[in-house]
Amino acid sequence: MALLEIRNVTKQFGNFIAVDNVSIEIRAGEFFTLLGPSGCGKTTLLRMIAGFDAPDGGQILLDGEDIVAFPPEKRPFHTVFQSYALFPHMTVADNIGFPLKMSGKAREEIKTRVAETLEEVELSQFADRYPHELSGGQKQRVAFARGLINQPRLLLLDEPLGALDEKLRENMQRELINLQAEAGVTFIYVTHAQNEALALSHRIAVMNQGRIEQIDEPSRIYNFPVNRFVADFIGKINMLNAWVTEVSPVHLKLKVEGLGEVAVPAKDRIKVNDHGVFAVRPEQVRIVPLTTAIHTEFQLNGKIKDFLYIGDVTTYIIELSNSTQIEALLPNSVPGHTKPFEVGDTVAVSWQEQSAQFFPD
Amino acid sequence: MQTSSRLVKWLISGPPLLFLLIFFVTPSLIMIFTSFRLPGEFGGLAPVKLLPGEVAGDSGLTIETYQFFFSDFIYIEIFLKSFAVATITTLICIAMAYPLALLIARSRKKFRNLMIMLVVLPFASNFLVRIYAWMIILGPESGLSHFINGILVFFGIAPVTLLFSPFAVLIGMVYVHLPFMILPLYTNLEKHDPILLDAAQDLGANSWQRFWYVTWPQSLPGIFSGSALVFIPALGMFAIPDILGGTGDIMIGNLIKDQFLGTRDWPFGSTLSIMLTLAVLGIAGLFSWFAKPAIRMT
Repeated sequence: MALLEIRNVTKQFGNFIAVDNVSIEIRAGEFFTLLGPSGCGKTTLLRMIAGFDAPDGGQILLDGEDIVAFPPEKRPFHTVFQSYALFPHMTVADNIGFPLKMSGKAREEIKTRVAETLEEVELSQFADRYPHELSGGQKQRVAFARGLINQPRLLLLDEPLGALDEKLRENMQRELINLQAEAGVTFIYVTHAQNEALALSHRIAVMNQGRIEQIDEPSRIYNFPVNRFVADFIGKINMLNAWVTEVSPVHLKLKVEGLGEVAVPAKDRIKVNDHGVFAVRPEQVRIVPLTTAIHTEFQLNGKIKDFLYIGDVTTYIIELSNSTQIEALLPNSVPGHTKPFEVGDTVAVSWQEQSAQFFPD
Repeated sequence: MQTSSRLVKWLISGPPLLFLLIFFVTPSLIMIFTSFRLPGEFGGLAPVKLLPGEVAGDSGLTIETYQFFFSDFIYIEIFLKSFAVATITTLICIAMAYPLALLIARSRKKFRNLMIMLVVLPFASNFLVRIYAWMIILGPESGLSHFINGILVFFGIAPVTLLFSPFAVLIGMVYVHLPFMILPLYTNLEKHDPILLDAAQDLGANSWQRFWYVTWPQSLPGIFSGSALVFIPALGMFAIPDILGGTGDIMIGNLIKDQFLGTRDWPFGSTLSIMLTLAVLGIAGLFSWFAKPAIRMT
């Protein structure tokens, strides 16, 4: 049985439907992420799980028992807030010990467990500091420690890495994965950062306009997005308008605006003349100098129009013969080589049939 | 560059400094000096004789007033009673202002300014007029008096006079000083981050615990500044005990006023003022010492 089951939950604010008939099952020990753009309902859903908002319809079941009527303080869940929400008038030790104090633990027990937890998160020397005396990363660790110390059934995390700078965020991501594995606590993580979701989660629910678009493992979400929204939201993808000209059990033949005839893997429920988009991810697009002979199922000629160098990789924007643009991502992995292509170079563009997809409108 | 910025600093802070020096430090020094002099025969002060050749011990300076202050317990008693009245006033103000300040701080933004305006509205009319109004409200022929005495008589208890009593003084004191508690408290409470209450609730705190562990400790700086604004003026207050109090409800303020305007004993009046100032400074010192942990968090 699922640890937490969200069953047909709906929440409306006035005429705005924030969460629309959402059902999710979260397994014990899982790192589950609600991913979506701002306003997609992910935070509202998290607040309903925490108990701050009541759903207008549907059920939230913990071990099969409906907990909708329970106020937040009666739910065995703790939240790590985006702003950390550390108590400014309490020391680090008092902040971390707060949930234990509220659950009526003896003073001695609180003291030993806080000391242990401080040890675990390497903050022992900061026990008597106040939150404003800590760095962003330290505050973050205090917030995690406070959320985990009383061993909640669920830890809810509301964009907790949002306020950190890039470098620190990467370190915290790794720390978070370890923390979750060690604590054995089920995490529900809310974020709009798709790379964070991919890096951290066991499973991701992609949300849009109050609805769940897809629930799956990160690699499946990335490689097999169920629709155009998911494909576009997770990672980067080239999209070109297209329509179906031929349907067979192995592949679809498409007519792509500006590219001509293209084949993609077969898909259910697609008919001839369906309109939609042809999509291929930039890192699946291969480019070679036009002089090099390559043998793929498909090849187009184009010209490097622009590039975006960001160190480890370079994104090339290629203009095809009929002024359609397509992006290709190349790792800068050749030692001593700064850039394989220059603006104006003529290149051959290709991709494998399996890496391209069709999304109907 | 640096010298010019220092010059600007002095030009800006100079005038107020000068003002304080002339109108606060100088009178204080005059008062200290006065407390060691002798009263004149017809009020005012006896002349000081410090010319060379005159007999020592007849300089016109004396510590008699200080001996007098400590020789008669009645003055210490009035001091203690004044402190008690000021303390009770402050406590009642805290108890009454807190829920109101919390209500204002947690109501919608557009209503807050209106409510704050209502709190300060009484300042628009004269202080003495408002105190005289209380004289009428508490007077023997007022509706309030009739109502209370009606109930008392109904239960077979002798009727009471509300006016000219410690009760009337306390009502007046609380009434006048309440806004000075509400305003700093509201300013403090308004700044509290509501997410902290959510966090506390999420971590298992019920409504009482949320107040006691989150709201209350964070509001201590507001309570401290409100208490200073209420306690110190309340301690020196003479108009309210004069108008609403009975003969036995005299406070230090009345005592000092009487020395200057009634008995015309300026040296003793100065001594009483100095003792009051010292007492207030002592209390303020204790206050800030106790307030330290609350200030540290901000």
